[in-house]
Amino acid sequence: MNESLRNIWTILKRELTGYFASPVAYVFIVIFLLLNGFFTFMLGGFFELGEASLSRPFFNWHPWLYLFLVPAAGMRLWAEERRVGTLELLLTMPVTAAQAIIGKFLACWAFLALALALTFPVVGSVYYLGHPDGGAIFAGYVGSLLLAGSYLAVTVATSAITRNQVISFILSVVICFFLILAGWEPVTSLMVRWAPAGLVELVTGFSVMPHFASFQRGVIDFRDLLFFASVIVFSLFGTSVILRGLRGA
Amino acid sequence: MIDVENLIKEFGPKRAVNGVSFTIRRGEILGFLGPNGAGKSTTMRMITGFFPPTSGRVRIGGHDIAEEPIAAKKLIGYLPESAPCYSDMTVNGFLRFTAELRGMRGAQIDAAVAKVAGLCFLEGVLHQSVDTLSKGYRHRTCFAQSILHDPEVLVLDEPTDGLDPNQKHEVRQIIKRMGQTKAIIFSTHILEEVEACCSRAIIIDRGTVVANGTPAELKARAETAGSVHLRVRNVAAETLKSKLGSLPVAGRVSLQDNPDGSLSARVFPRDKSTRADLSLSVAQTATQSGWSFDELHTEEGRLDDVFRAITLPDSVKNRE
Repeated sequence: MNESLRNIWTILKRELTGYFASPVAYVFIVIFLLLNGFFTFMLGGFFELGEASLSRPFFNWHPWLYLFLVPAAGMRLWAEERRVGTLELLLTMPVTAAQAIIGKFLACWAFLALALALTFPVVGSVYYLGHPDGGAIFAGYVGSLLLAGSYLAVTVATSAITRNQVISFILSVVICFFLILAGWEPVTSLMVRWAPAGLVELVTGFSVMPHFASFQRGVIDFRDLLFFASVIVFSLFGTSVILRGLRGA
Repeated sequence: MIDVENLIKEFGPKRAVNGVSFTIRRGEILGFLGPNGAGKSTTMRMITGFFPPTSGRVRIGGHDIAEEPIAAKKLIGYLPESAPCYSDMTVNGFLRFTAELRGMRGAQIDAAVAKVAGLCFLEGVLHQSVDTLSKGYRHRTCFAQSILHDPEVLVLDEPTDGLDPNQKHEVRQIIKRMGQTKAIIFSTHILEEVEACCSRAIIIDRGTVVANGTPAELKARAETAGSVHLRVRNVAAETLKSKLGSLPVAGRVSLQDNPDGSLSARVFPRDKSTRADLSLSVAQTATQSGWSFDELHTEEGRLDDVFRAITLPDSVKNRE
Protein backbone atom coordinates (compact mmCIF):
# COMPACT_ATOMS: atom_id res chain seq x y z
CA MET A 1 0.00 0.00 0.00
CA ASN A 2 1.17 3.46 -0.84
CA GLU A 3 2.44 5.52 2.08
CA SER A 4 -0.10 8.31 1.95
CA LEU A 5 -3.00 5.86 1.68
CA ARG A 6 -1.59 4.03 4.65
CA ASN A 7 -1.45 7.22 6.69
CA ILE A 8 -5.03 8.08 5.73
CA TRP A 9 -6.10 4.57 6.71
CA THR A 10 -4.29 4.79 10.08
CA ILE A 11 -5.95 8.10 10.91
CA LEU A 12 -9.33 6.88 9.68
CA LYS A 13 -9.08 3.78 11.85
CA ARG A 14 -8.16 5.79 14.93
CA GLU A 15 -11.01 8.22 14.40
CA LEU A 16 -13.57 5.44 13.89
CA THR A 17 -12.47 3.45 16.94
CA GLY A 18 -12.59 6.75 18.81
CA TYR A 19 -16.29 7.05 17.95
CA PHE A 20 -17.11 3.59 19.19
CA ALA A 21 -14.92 3.79 22.28
CA SER A 22 -17.40 6.20 23.81
CA PRO A 23 -21.19 5.96 24.02
CA VAL A 24 -21.45 8.94 21.66
CA ALA A 25 -21.60 6.73 18.58
CA TYR A 26 -24.39 4.55 19.91
CA VAL A 27 -26.40 7.48 21.19
CA PHE A 28 -25.99 9.18 17.83
CA ILE A 29 -27.13 6.14 15.86
CA VAL A 30 -30.12 5.53 18.10
CA ILE A 31 -31.24 9.14 17.85
CA PHE A 32 -30.71 9.15 14.10
CA LEU A 33 -32.82 6.03 13.67
CA LEU A 34 -35.54 7.19 16.04
CA LEU A 35 -35.86 10.54 14.29
CA ASN A 36 -35.86 8.87 10.92
CA GLY A 37 -38.63 6.55 12.03
CA PHE A 38 -40.60 9.37 13.57
CA PHE A 39 -40.36 11.58 10.49
CA THR A 40 -41.08 8.79 8.05
CA PHE A 41 -43.99 7.12 9.77
CA MET A 42 -45.55 9.93 11.79
CA LEU A 43 -44.88 13.20 9.96
CA GLY A 44 -44.10 11.79 6.54
CA GLY A 45 -47.34 9.92 6.35
CA PHE A 46 -45.69 6.80 5.01
CA PHE A 47 -48.90 4.77 5.21
CA GLU A 48 -51.34 7.52 4.27
CA LEU A 49 -49.53 8.28 1.02
CA GLY A 50 -50.35 4.84 -0.24
CA GLU A 51 -47.43 4.65 -2.63
CA ALA A 52 -44.48 2.28 -2.54
CA SER A 53 -41.79 4.94 -2.58
CA LEU A 54 -39.31 6.36 -0.09
CA SER A 55 -38.81 9.67 -1.83
CA ARG A 56 -41.34 11.78 0.00
CA PRO A 57 -41.83 10.11 3.38
CA PHE A 58 -38.18 9.22 3.95
CA PHE A 59 -35.55 11.10 1.92
CA ASN A 60 -37.45 14.36 2.03
CA TRP A 61 -36.52 14.82 5.66
CA HIS A 62 -32.85 14.13 5.29
CA PRO A 63 -31.62 17.66 4.50
CA TRP A 64 -33.29 18.81 7.73
CA LEU A 65 -32.30 15.83 9.81
CA TYR A 66 -28.68 16.08 8.73
CA LEU A 67 -28.72 19.81 9.37
CA PHE A 68 -28.31 19.10 13.08
CA LEU A 69 -27.02 15.57 13.24
CA VAL A 70 -24.06 15.85 10.86
CA PRO A 71 -22.54 18.91 12.57
CA ALA A 72 -23.05 17.09 15.87
CA ALA A 73 -21.13 14.10 14.60
CA GLY A 74 -18.30 16.11 13.05
CA MET A 75 -17.88 19.12 15.32
CA ARG A 76 -15.18 17.51 17.43
CA LEU A 77 -12.96 16.36 14.55
CA TRP A 78 -10.48 19.25 14.69
CA ALA A 79 -11.85 21.33 17.56
CA GLU A 80 -11.02 18.58 20.02
CA GLU A 81 -7.51 18.15 18.62
CA ARG A 82 -6.95 21.85 19.04
CA ARG A 83 -8.37 21.96 22.56
CA VAL A 84 -6.34 19.02 23.85
CA GLY A 85 -3.21 19.94 21.91
CA THR A 86 -2.94 16.67 20.00
CA LEU A 87 -3.02 18.77 16.84
CA GLU A 88 0.62 19.54 17.50
CA LEU A 89 1.39 15.87 17.88
CA LEU A 90 -0.48 14.87 14.75
CA LEU A 91 0.98 17.54 12.51
CA THR A 92 4.56 16.89 13.62
CA MET A 93 4.20 13.23 12.65
CA PRO A 94 5.40 12.32 9.18
CA VAL A 95 1.93 12.88 7.70
CA THR A 96 0.69 15.76 5.61
CA ALA A 97 -2.21 17.92 6.73
CA ALA A 98 -4.13 16.73 3.66
CA GLN A 99 -3.79 13.10 4.72
CA ALA A 100 -5.02 13.94 8.19
CA ILE A 101 -7.98 15.93 6.87
CA ILE A 102 -9.01 13.21 4.43
CA GLY A 103 -8.58 10.48 7.03
CA LYS A 104 -10.77 12.28 9.53
CA PHE A 105 -13.38 13.18 6.94
CA LEU A 106 -13.63 9.62 5.63
CA ALA A 107 -13.86 8.21 9.13
CA CYS A 108 -16.81 10.37 10.04
CA TRP A 109 -18.41 9.84 6.65
CA ALA A 110 -18.12 6.09 7.07
CA PHE A 111 -19.76 6.44 10.45
CA LEU A 112 -22.65 8.40 8.92
CA ALA A 113 -22.90 5.81 6.16
CA LEU A 114 -23.22 3.12 8.80
CA ALA A 115 -26.03 5.05 10.51
CA LEU A 116 -27.72 5.50 7.16
CA ALA A 117 -27.32 1.82 6.30
CA LEU A 118 -29.09 0.91 9.54
CA THR A 119 -32.28 2.45 8.15
CA PHE A 120 -32.67 -0.70 6.04
CA PRO A 121 -35.91 -1.74 7.81
CA VAL A 122 -37.62 1.15 6.04
CA VAL A 123 -36.59 -0.34 2.71
CA GLY A 124 -37.81 -3.71 3.95
CA SER A 125 -41.21 -2.25 4.82
CA VAL A 126 -41.69 -0.64 1.47
CA TYR A 127 -40.79 -3.86 -0.31
CA TYR A 128 -43.12 -5.82 1.93
CA LEU A 129 -46.01 -3.50 1.28
CA GLY A 130 -45.66 -2.92 -2.42
CA HIS A 131 -43.48 -2.92 -5.49
CA PRO A 132 -41.18 0.06 -5.23
CA ASP A 133 -38.67 1.20 -7.83
CA GLY A 134 -35.42 -0.24 -6.52
CA GLY A 135 -33.32 2.10 -8.65
CA ALA A 136 -34.99 5.15 -7.17
CA ILE A 137 -34.32 3.91 -3.64
CA PHE A 138 -30.71 3.27 -4.51
CA ALA A 139 -30.34 6.73 -6.03
CA GLY A 140 -32.01 8.22 -2.97
CA TYR A 141 -29.48 6.55 -0.70
CA VAL A 142 -26.56 7.71 -2.86
CA GLY A 143 -27.90 11.26 -2.79
CA SER A 144 -28.46 11.11 0.95
CA LEU A 145 -24.93 9.92 1.54
CA LEU A 146 -23.50 12.68 -0.65
CA LEU A 147 -25.67 15.22 1.14
CA ALA A 148 -24.31 14.02 4.48
CA GLY A 149 -20.79 14.17 3.06
CA SER A 150 -21.26 17.78 1.94
CA TYR A 151 -22.55 18.88 5.34
CA LEU A 152 -19.75 16.94 6.95
CA ALA A 153 -17.07 18.63 4.84
CA VAL A 154 -18.47 21.99 5.92
CA THR A 155 -18.36 20.83 9.54
CA VAL A 156 -14.77 19.66 9.16
CA ALA A 157 -13.85 23.17 8.06
CA THR A 158 -15.78 24.92 10.85
CA SER A 159 -14.31 22.61 13.46
CA ALA A 160 -10.82 23.62 12.35
CA ILE A 161 -11.67 27.28 12.95
CA THR A 162 -12.18 26.95 16.69
CA ARG A 163 -11.22 24.88 19.68
CA ASN A 164 -14.76 25.12 20.93
CA GLN A 165 -17.04 22.37 19.70
CA VAL A 166 -20.20 24.36 20.33
CA ILE A 167 -19.03 27.22 18.14
CA SER A 168 -18.03 24.76 15.49
CA PHE A 169 -21.48 23.19 15.65
CA ILE A 170 -23.35 26.46 15.39
CA LEU A 171 -21.23 27.77 12.51
CA SER A 172 -21.71 24.57 10.64
CA VAL A 173 -25.48 24.55 11.16
CA VAL A 174 -25.70 28.11 9.90
CA ILE A 175 -23.72 27.38 6.75
CA CYS A 176 -25.60 24.17 6.03
CA PHE A 177 -28.87 25.99 6.68
CA PHE A 178 -27.87 28.45 3.99
CA LEU A 179 -27.09 25.55 1.65
CA ILE A 180 -30.66 24.38 2.16
CA LEU A 181 -32.48 27.70 2.14
CA ALA A 182 -30.80 29.01 -0.99
CA GLY A 183 -32.68 26.48 -3.04
CA TRP A 184 -35.61 25.57 -0.87
CA GLU A 185 -38.78 25.97 -2.85
CA PRO A 186 -40.63 28.36 -0.44
CA VAL A 187 -37.60 30.67 -0.40
CA THR A 188 -36.95 30.62 -4.12
CA SER A 189 -40.60 31.32 -4.91
CA LEU A 190 -40.37 34.36 -2.66
CA MET A 191 -37.20 35.53 -4.39
CA VAL A 192 -38.56 35.11 -7.88
CA ARG A 193 -41.06 37.91 -7.19
CA TRP A 194 -38.45 40.65 -6.93
CA ALA A 195 -35.05 39.36 -8.00
CA PRO A 196 -33.88 39.04 -11.60
CA ALA A 197 -33.82 35.49 -12.91
CA GLY A 198 -30.02 35.47 -13.08
CA LEU A 199 -29.64 36.25 -9.40
CA VAL A 200 -32.18 33.64 -8.39
CA GLU A 201 -30.30 31.08 -10.43
CA LEU A 202 -26.97 32.11 -8.91
CA VAL A 203 -28.25 31.78 -5.36
CA THR A 204 -30.02 28.49 -5.96
CA GLY A 205 -26.84 27.26 -7.59
CA PHE A 206 -25.31 27.13 -4.12
CA SER A 207 -28.07 25.01 -2.72
CA VAL A 208 -28.01 21.30 -2.12
CA MET A 209 -31.77 21.09 -2.56
CA PRO A 210 -32.22 20.90 -6.34
CA HIS A 211 -29.34 18.44 -6.60
CA PHE A 212 -30.66 16.28 -3.84
CA ALA A 213 -34.13 16.44 -5.38
CA SER A 214 -32.97 14.80 -8.56
CA PHE A 215 -31.48 11.91 -6.59
CA GLN A 216 -34.80 11.66 -4.78
CA ARG A 217 -36.54 11.29 -8.11
CA GLY A 218 -34.22 8.42 -8.87
CA VAL A 219 -31.91 10.23 -11.25
CA ILE A 220 -28.16 10.01 -10.80
CA ASP A 221 -26.89 12.87 -12.91
CA PHE A 222 -23.24 13.65 -13.43
CA ARG A 223 -23.83 17.33 -12.73
CA ASP A 224 -25.33 16.56 -9.34
CA LEU A 225 -22.44 14.27 -8.49
CA LEU A 226 -20.08 17.04 -9.54
CA PHE A 227 -21.89 19.53 -7.33
CA PHE A 228 -21.59 17.46 -4.19
CA ALA A 229 -18.02 16.49 -5.00
CA SER A 230 -17.06 20.13 -5.43
CA VAL A 231 -18.69 21.16 -2.14
CA ILE A 232 -16.70 18.42 -0.40
CA VAL A 233 -13.39 19.18 -2.12
CA PHE A 234 -13.78 22.92 -1.63
CA SER A 235 -14.55 22.57 2.08
CA LEU A 236 -11.72 20.14 2.72
CA PHE A 237 -9.32 22.38 0.85
CA GLY A 238 -10.60 25.27 2.95
CA THR A 239 -9.82 23.20 6.03
CA SER A 240 -6.20 22.83 4.99
CA VAL A 241 -5.97 26.59 4.46
CA ILE A 242 -7.44 27.19 7.93
CA LEU A 243 -5.05 24.73 9.55
CA ARG A 244 -2.07 26.36 7.86
CA GLY A 245 -3.34 29.79 8.88
CA LEU A 246 -3.68 28.98 12.55
CA ARG A 247 -0.08 27.83 12.66
CA GLY A 248 0.81 31.33 11.62
CA ALA A 249 1.90 30.89 8.02
CA MET B 1 21.85 16.74 12.99
CA ILE B 2 19.88 19.85 13.90
CA ASP B 3 20.78 23.04 12.08
CA VAL B 4 18.93 26.15 13.06
CA GLU B 5 19.73 29.23 11.07
CA ASN B 6 18.57 32.69 11.99
CA LEU B 7 15.04 31.68 12.92
CA ILE B 8 12.49 34.45 13.21
CA LYS B 9 8.86 34.06 14.15
CA GLU B 10 6.37 36.86 14.26
CA PHE B 11 2.83 36.64 15.60
CA GLY B 12 1.22 39.74 14.22
CA PRO B 13 3.31 42.69 15.41
CA LYS B 14 4.98 40.64 18.16
CA ARG B 15 8.32 39.00 17.44
CA ALA B 16 8.43 35.84 19.54
CA VAL B 17 11.71 34.51 18.21
CA ASN B 18 14.29 36.89 16.89
CA GLY B 19 17.20 35.39 14.97
CA VAL B 20 18.00 32.19 16.81
CA SER B 21 20.83 30.05 15.38
CA PHE B 22 22.54 26.94 16.70
CA THR B 23 23.69 23.49 15.68
CA ILE B 24 23.39 20.24 17.52
CA ARG B 25 25.60 17.33 16.49
CA ARG B 26 25.01 13.67 17.06
CA GLY B 27 25.97 12.74 20.62
CA GLU B 28 25.13 16.17 21.98
CA ILE B 29 22.45 17.02 24.51
CA LEU B 30 21.50 20.65 24.41
CA GLY B 31 19.68 22.21 27.33
CA PHE B 32 17.39 25.00 26.24
CA LEU B 33 16.85 27.53 29.00
CA GLY B 34 14.97 30.74 29.29
CA PRO B 35 12.27 32.50 31.29
CA ASN B 36 8.63 31.85 30.49
CA GLY B 37 7.64 33.43 27.22
CA ALA B 38 11.23 33.71 26.00
CA GLY B 39 10.43 31.77 22.84
CA LYS B 40 11.56 28.27 23.78
CA SER B 41 8.40 26.47 22.79
CA THR B 42 7.98 28.54 19.66
CA THR B 43 11.51 27.67 18.58
CA MET B 44 10.87 23.99 19.22
CA ARG B 45 7.64 24.14 17.30
CA MET B 46 9.54 25.53 14.35
CA ILE B 47 12.22 22.85 14.63
CA THR B 48 9.56 20.15 14.52
CA GLY B 49 7.73 21.76 11.63
CA PHE B 50 4.55 22.63 13.52
CA PHE B 51 5.05 26.36 13.02
CA PRO B 52 6.49 27.56 9.75
CA PRO B 53 9.09 30.23 10.58
CA THR B 54 8.59 33.80 9.39
CA SER B 55 12.14 33.58 8.10
CA GLY B 56 15.21 31.46 8.61
CA ARG B 57 15.60 27.76 8.11
CA VAL B 58 15.73 24.50 10.02
CA ARG B 59 17.50 21.42 8.74
CA ILE B 60 17.16 18.01 10.34
CA GLY B 61 19.81 15.56 9.20
CA GLY B 62 20.28 17.66 6.09
CA HIS B 63 16.55 17.82 5.23
CA ASP B 64 15.00 21.26 5.23
CA ILE B 65 11.85 21.04 7.34
CA ALA B 66 10.01 23.42 5.02
CA GLU B 67 11.03 21.76 1.76
CA GLU B 68 11.11 18.09 2.74
CA PRO B 69 8.86 18.03 5.79
CA ILE B 70 8.10 14.31 5.68
CA ALA B 71 11.74 13.22 5.39
CA ALA B 72 12.73 15.59 8.20
CA LYS B 73 9.81 14.67 10.48
CA LYS B 74 10.65 10.99 10.16
CA LEU B 75 13.92 11.66 11.97
CA ILE B 76 12.33 13.55 14.84
CA GLY B 77 10.78 12.38 18.07
CA TYR B 78 8.82 15.20 19.68
CA LEU B 79 7.34 15.71 23.10
CA PRO B 80 5.17 18.86 23.02
CA GLU B 81 4.95 21.08 26.05
CA SER B 82 1.65 19.90 27.47
CA ALA B 83 2.34 16.23 26.58
CA PRO B 84 -0.96 15.83 24.75
CA CYS B 85 -2.43 12.35 24.23
CA TYR B 86 -5.66 11.16 22.63
CA SER B 87 -7.77 10.74 25.73
CA ASP B 88 -10.26 8.36 24.17
CA MET B 89 -7.61 5.71 23.51
CA THR B 90 -5.82 3.22 25.71
CA VAL B 91 -2.09 3.71 26.26
CA ASN B 92 -1.46 0.68 24.08
CA GLY B 93 -3.80 1.93 21.35
CA PHE B 94 -2.20 5.36 21.41
CA LEU B 95 1.33 4.00 21.13
CA ARG B 96 0.33 1.62 18.34
CA PHE B 97 -1.33 4.49 16.48
CA THR B 98 1.80 6.61 16.59
CA ALA B 99 3.91 3.58 15.63
CA GLU B 100 1.76 3.09 12.56
CA LEU B 101 2.08 6.73 11.61
CA ARG B 102 5.83 6.27 11.98
CA GLY B 103 5.59 3.60 9.29
CA MET B 104 6.03 0.54 11.50
CA ARG B 105 4.16 -2.67 10.83
CA GLY B 106 3.00 -5.81 12.65
CA ALA B 107 5.67 -7.41 14.80
CA GLN B 108 7.78 -4.25 14.61
CA ILE B 109 5.00 -2.37 16.40
CA ASP B 110 4.64 -5.02 19.10
CA ALA B 111 8.37 -4.95 19.78
CA ALA B 112 8.63 -1.15 19.82
CA VAL B 113 5.61 -0.71 22.11
CA ALA B 114 6.84 -3.38 24.51
CA LYS B 115 10.25 -1.75 24.61
CA VAL B 116 9.12 1.81 25.38
CA ALA B 117 6.47 0.59 27.79
CA GLY B 118 9.30 -1.03 29.73
CA LEU B 119 11.56 2.00 29.51
CA CYS B 120 8.88 4.41 30.65
CA PHE B 121 7.26 2.10 33.26
CA LEU B 122 3.96 1.93 31.44
CA GLU B 123 3.42 -1.84 31.52
CA GLY B 124 0.90 -1.60 34.33
CA VAL B 125 -1.33 0.87 32.52
CA LEU B 126 -1.03 -0.32 28.91
CA HIS B 127 -4.67 -1.27 28.67
CA GLN B 128 -6.01 1.65 30.65
CA SER B 129 -7.68 4.56 28.91
CA VAL B 130 -5.50 7.68 28.75
CA ASP B 131 -8.44 9.54 30.31
CA THR B 132 -8.04 7.72 33.60
CA LEU B 133 -4.28 8.21 33.96
CA SER B 134 -2.60 10.54 36.40
CA LYS B 135 -0.59 13.43 35.01
CA GLY B 136 2.75 11.67 35.44
CA TYR B 137 1.59 8.62 33.53
CA ARG B 138 0.09 10.71 30.76
CA HIS B 139 3.32 12.61 30.50
CA ARG B 140 5.35 9.44 30.26
CA THR B 141 2.92 8.06 27.67
CA CYS B 142 3.60 11.04 25.46
CA PHE B 143 7.32 10.74 26.15
CA ALA B 144 7.15 7.07 25.17
CA GLN B 145 5.56 8.13 21.91
CA SER B 146 8.51 10.39 21.16
CA ILE B 147 11.15 7.68 21.54
CA LEU B 148 9.07 4.87 20.07
CA HIS B 149 10.74 4.85 16.68
CA ASP B 150 14.23 5.32 18.10
CA PRO B 151 14.61 8.69 16.37
CA GLU B 152 17.88 10.33 15.41
CA VAL B 153 16.72 13.65 16.76
CA LEU B 154 14.78 14.22 19.96
CA VAL B 155 13.00 17.47 20.68
CA LEU B 156 11.61 17.51 24.20
CA ASP B 157 9.68 20.45 25.56
CA GLU B 158 9.97 20.27 29.36
CA PRO B 159 10.28 16.48 29.53
CA THR B 160 10.37 16.31 33.33
CA ASP B 161 7.57 18.79 34.01
CA GLY B 162 5.00 17.37 36.40
CA LEU B 163 6.93 14.22 37.27
CA ASP B 164 7.83 13.11 40.77
CA PRO B 165 11.54 13.06 41.73
CA ASN B 166 11.95 9.36 40.91
CA GLN B 167 10.33 9.73 37.54
CA LYS B 168 12.42 12.81 36.84
CA HIS B 169 15.53 10.81 37.58
CA GLU B 170 14.38 8.00 35.28
CA VAL B 171 13.60 10.35 32.40
CA ARG B 172 16.98 12.04 32.81
CA GLN B 173 18.70 8.69 32.69
CA ILE B 174 16.88 7.80 29.48
CA ILE B 175 17.78 11.14 27.94
CA LYS B 176 21.41 10.74 28.93
CA ARG B 177 21.60 7.24 27.54
CA MET B 178 19.96 8.22 24.27
CA GLY B 179 22.14 11.29 24.06
CA GLN B 180 25.20 9.17 23.40
CA THR B 181 24.06 8.37 19.87
CA LYS B 182 21.48 11.03 19.06
CA ALA B 183 21.05 14.75 18.85
CA ILE B 184 18.80 15.93 21.66
CA ILE B 185 17.40 19.31 22.55
CA PHE B 186 15.29 19.74 25.63
CA SER B 187 13.90 22.76 27.38
CA THR B 188 13.60 23.00 31.13
CA HIS B 189 13.28 25.34 34.06
CA ILE B 190 15.31 23.09 36.31
CA LEU B 191 18.90 24.22 36.19
CA GLU B 192 20.34 21.19 38.01
CA GLU B 193 18.93 19.14 35.19
CA VAL B 194 21.08 21.00 32.73
CA GLU B 195 24.16 20.39 34.83
CA ALA B 196 23.24 16.73 35.22
CA CYS B 197 22.58 15.82 31.59
CA CYS B 198 23.58 18.45 29.09
CA SER B 199 26.76 18.70 27.15
CA ARG B 200 25.78 22.22 26.17
CA ALA B 201 23.27 24.82 27.20
CA ILE B 202 21.66 27.75 25.49
CA ILE B 203 19.90 30.54 27.31
CA ILE B 204 17.31 32.42 25.34
CA ASP B 205 15.67 35.63 26.43
CA ARG B 206 13.06 37.69 24.61
CA GLY B 207 13.58 35.68 21.47
CA THR B 208 17.37 35.87 21.20
CA VAL B 209 20.18 33.59 22.32
CA VAL B 210 21.98 35.35 25.18
CA ALA B 211 24.36 32.55 26.20
CA ASN B 212 25.65 29.40 24.56
CA GLY B 213 28.27 27.08 26.07
CA THR B 214 28.94 24.04 28.24
CA PRO B 215 27.37 24.15 31.69
CA ALA B 216 30.86 24.73 33.16
CA GLU B 217 31.50 27.67 30.85
CA LEU B 218 28.18 29.20 31.76
CA LYS B 219 28.77 28.74 35.44
CA ALA B 220 32.13 30.47 35.13
CA ARG B 221 30.22 33.56 34.06
CA ALA B 222 28.63 33.83 37.48
CA GLU B 223 29.70 36.78 39.59
CA THR B 224 30.88 34.53 42.40
CA ALA B 225 32.70 32.09 40.12
CA GLY B 226 36.37 31.69 41.07
CA SER B 227 35.98 33.27 44.49
CA VAL B 228 37.32 31.39 47.49
CA HIS B 229 35.19 30.72 50.51
CA LEU B 230 36.85 30.36 53.92
CA ARG B 231 35.09 29.67 57.21
CA VAL B 232 37.05 30.31 60.42
CA ARG B 233 36.44 30.28 64.17
CA ASN B 234 37.74 32.64 66.82
CA VAL B 235 39.35 35.10 64.45
CA ALA B 236 38.66 38.84 64.63
CA ALA B 237 36.90 40.20 61.59
CA GLU B 238 39.42 43.02 61.05
CA THR B 239 42.42 40.66 61.09
CA LEU B 240 40.72 38.33 58.68
CA LYS B 241 39.80 41.10 56.31
CA SER B 242 43.16 42.88 56.33
CA LYS B 243 45.26 39.71 56.03
CA LEU B 244 43.27 38.28 53.17
CA GLY B 245 42.85 41.65 51.48
CA SER B 246 46.60 42.23 51.46
CA LEU B 247 47.29 39.07 49.41
CA PRO B 248 48.70 40.09 46.02
CA VAL B 249 46.33 37.72 44.19
CA ALA B 250 43.22 38.83 46.07
CA GLY B 251 40.76 41.50 45.17
CA ARG B 252 37.64 42.32 47.14
CA VAL B 253 36.95 40.49 50.41
CA SER B 254 33.50 40.21 51.92
CA LEU B 255 32.68 38.87 55.37
CA GLN B 256 29.63 37.25 56.80
CA ASP B 257 28.71 36.19 60.35
CA ASN B 258 27.26 32.72 60.61
CA PRO B 259 24.58 31.77 63.15
CA ASP B 260 26.92 29.30 64.88
CA GLY B 261 29.43 32.04 65.74
CA SER B 262 31.88 31.25 62.97
CA LEU B 263 32.91 33.80 60.38
CA SER B 264 32.86 33.32 56.62
CA ALA B 265 35.06 35.22 54.20
CA ARG B 266 34.60 35.33 50.47
CA VAL B 267 37.77 36.36 48.64
CA PHE B 268 37.45 37.40 45.03
CA PRO B 269 40.45 37.10 42.71
CA ARG B 270 42.06 40.39 41.73
CA ASP B 271 41.59 39.53 38.08
CA LYS B 272 41.22 36.47 35.89
CA SER B 273 44.96 35.69 35.89
CA THR B 274 45.11 35.28 39.67
CA ARG B 275 42.16 32.90 39.86
CA ALA B 276 44.24 29.73 39.79
CA ASP B 277 46.57 30.71 42.66
CA LEU B 278 43.94 32.21 44.91
CA SER B 279 42.82 29.18 46.90
CA LEU B 280 46.39 28.09 47.60
CA SER B 281 47.35 31.57 48.86
CA VAL B 282 44.29 31.73 51.09
CA ALA B 283 45.05 28.28 52.51
CA GLN B 284 48.68 29.23 53.22
CA THR B 285 47.68 32.47 54.92
CA ALA B 286 45.20 30.61 57.09
CA THR B 287 47.67 27.95 58.21
CA GLN B 288 50.53 30.44 58.73
CA SER B 289 48.34 32.66 60.87
CA GLY B 290 47.23 29.65 62.87
CA TRP B 291 43.51 30.17 62.17
CA SER B 292 41.28 27.20 62.81
CA PHE B 293 39.11 26.83 59.76
CA ASP B 294 36.64 24.13 58.83
CA GLU B 295 35.76 25.06 55.30
CA LEU B 296 37.75 26.19 52.30
CA HIS B 297 36.61 25.85 48.74
CA THR B 298 36.60 27.58 45.41
CA GLU B 299 33.17 28.60 44.15
CA GLU B 300 32.36 27.23 40.70
CA GLY B 301 29.56 29.63 40.24
CA ARG B 302 25.91 28.73 40.13
CA LEU B 303 23.84 28.41 37.01
CA ASP B 304 20.94 30.07 38.81
CA ASP B 305 23.00 33.21 39.30
CA VAL B 306 24.07 33.29 35.68
CA PHE B 307 20.53 32.69 34.57
CA ARG B 308 19.21 35.48 36.75
CA ALA B 309 21.97 37.87 35.79
CA ILE B 310 21.37 37.33 32.11
CA THR B 311 17.60 37.17 31.90
CA LEU B 312 16.35 39.56 34.58
CA PRO B 313 15.25 42.88 33.14
CA ASP B 314 17.40 45.76 34.46
CA SER B 315 14.47 47.34 36.28
CA VAL B 316 14.11 44.25 38.48
CA LYS B 317 17.87 44.04 39.09
CA ASN B 318 17.99 47.64 40.31
CA ARG B 319 15.16 47.01 42.71
CA GLU B 320 17.09 44.22 44.46
